[in-house]
Amino acid sequence: MSQTEIRSSFFTEEHDALRASIRAFVEKELTPHAEEWEAAGNFPDDVFPKLGKNGFLGLSYPQEVGGQGGDYLSTLVLKEEMARCGSGGLAMAVAVQTDMATPPIHKFGTKEQVDEYLKPAIQGTKIACLGITEPDAGSDVANIQTTGVKDGSDWVINGRKIFITNGCRAHFCTLVVRTDQPSGYNGFSLFLVPTDTPGWQVTRRLDKLGMHSSDTAEIVMEDMRLPAGALLGEEGKGFQQIMWELQGERLVGVAGSIAGAQLTFERCLAYAHERTTFGKPIGKHQVIAHKLATMASEIEAARRLVYDAAWKFNNGAYPVKEISMAKLYGAQVACRVANEAMQIFGGASYMMEVPIQRGWRDSRLIRIGGGTDEVMREIIAKLKGL
Amino acid sequence: MNVVVLVKQIPDPANPYELVDGRLKRGVAQKVMDPGDEYGVEAALRLVDQFGGEVNVISMGPAAAMEAIRRALSMGAHKGVLVTDDALGGADALATARVLAAAIKRSEFDLVIAGVESTDGSTGVVPQMVAELLGVPQSTFAKEIEAKDSSLTIKRQTAAGYDMVECPLPAVITVTAGVNEPRYPTFKGIMQAKSKPVDTVSLGDLGLGGDDAKPTQSVDAVNPAPERGAGEKFEDDGTGAAKVADLLKQLKVI
Repeated sequence: MSQTEIRSSFFTEEHDALRASIRAFVEKELTPHAEEWEAAGNFPDDVFPKLGKNGFLGLSYPQEVGGQGGDYLSTLVLKEEMARCGSGGLAMAVAVQTDMATPPIHKFGTKEQVDEYLKPAIQGTKIACLGITEPDAGSDVANIQTTGVKDGSDWVINGRKIFITNGCRAHFCTLVVRTDQPSGYNGFSLFLVPTDTPGWQVTRRLDKLGMHSSDTAEIVMEDMRLPAGALLGEEGKGFQQIMWELQGERLVGVAGSIAGAQLTFERCLAYAHERTTFGKPIGKHQVIAHKLATMASEIEAARRLVYDAAWKFNNGAYPVKEISMAKLYGAQVACRVANEAMQIFGGASYMMEVPIQRGWRDSRLIRIGGGTDEVMREIIAKLKGL
Repeated sequence: MNVVVLVKQIPDPANPYELVDGRLKRGVAQKVMDPGDEYGVEAALRLVDQFGGEVNVISMGPAAAMEAIRRALSMGAHKGVLVTDDALGGADALATARVLAAAIKRSEFDLVIAGVESTDGSTGVVPQMVAELLGVPQSTFAKEIEAKDSSLTIKRQTAAGYDMVECPLPAVITVTAGVNEPRYPTFKGIMQAKSKPVDTVSLGDLGLGGDDAKPTQSVDAVNPAPERGAGEKFEDDGTGAAKVADLLKQLKVI
């Protein structure tokens, strides 16, 4: 951080030092492989223990469970810096591990569950996925059809999950299951499922528009028997236990997308100096200069919304309105920036060898994943009394 | 084993260096601990992990050099000393070595580790001068380090390969970038670094005076290295091997 720059009110010197450390790691260990991993449609599993060894998978978890004892902003720093590796899929896979599948274990898990799942997830020796979405339950999450029925002290699970990030490689899944007839949001429970449990089956590895280095699974559970100890938290309260987590997911998701937009912007800015048309660098054409000015301003505005919501979240608030607005606006900015970048790079942007197209493909997910634009608007509208 | 690591805060080498009157412009915004120093810190941490003891980080520079010390502390070093004094502005290699040697002597040490050369100044002589001033052996260009109770064996990188060098402790060594993979500071390490002890001392505190800091060398000019020529390309028309052999003879390689 520049000494002449006034320090952001959100981050401390320690956050800046953490950012430098993660940036150095990303530049050395991840960015050089991004192209190769995107082309392969996968990244090696050992990225998780490499991140874990440096404490990056447990930034905001307490030291008692193997975390770094940092705050929520430290995990936000990770998301922003991971995006700079240039592979949205890799950043997303790590976000699922750190901020989507594991927070409920920390909050509701027994000591055994923490030892069995959370600690190895923080070390990166166990990979986690989160099983919420189903073919008929995306935005309409209360329509989850996967059922858990008691049989003696065991649970027998049947159902299907789809679009499960890390699902092909995960060692365990934090799974949302209907254990009773739903009345409102009651009747759902969370389970921790080792993926070698008989009855758990990855039926398809799904091919996606973007996020290529990340694996996305369709999963079928057929008479999958779980012991009583697999239940996470309170029976019937799974929905409430996961809903607060979805807020954190939205915030880190959009923070990563805005950081991705920042990377795209930086590439455009460099290109605006290098590329010459009609006898001058394209950045000297007002049309390009103004595009870049708009992109920079929108990125900054979106980032401020995220930081403000994150700061409130970090200080114990549950700022649903702020998070929903940050998610809605940030997702749109990420897509607009990626779209404008395609225009700035022109024909080159359409070539697979130029990373601009990847930013365009990867960013599109954020308007859908973790709650669509439409769901965000619905939440905001309701909070405004409509 | 108590290990001293010498570190330096330098303008970020990721940005082009600017010279003013033959001296590097240091008042730039982006400064970092010399990346070459990370290897020394890592080597020291590994030795202390193995033998016990503490890693003491010593730096000379303006107040902002504290950041380099904090960086080393966040990697796991135990304590630090920053020598800062207005009289040290423009200090050359010998003055720097005098100051560092005096700072090292303030406490017991078994080993002093430095990078081969700083990335900004690149004199590559300070550690050797420090060894001389401390009256201990020096062993440079280490690409592998193995320590026993009272001696050290290093693989010393040479142009032709490496030498195996053994030297008694205490000693000064310099380490190359190939010696290890430095760790990244963890957030826990970064937060702990805040509360680790760092002494800030002046020339007077070290028993030195202004004369000790005076440069005895001056830089008259700094010019960029000449660009490499295009080289010569041989098309192999059946005489390629002979041409290569002739060339090697001219270069006195064979």
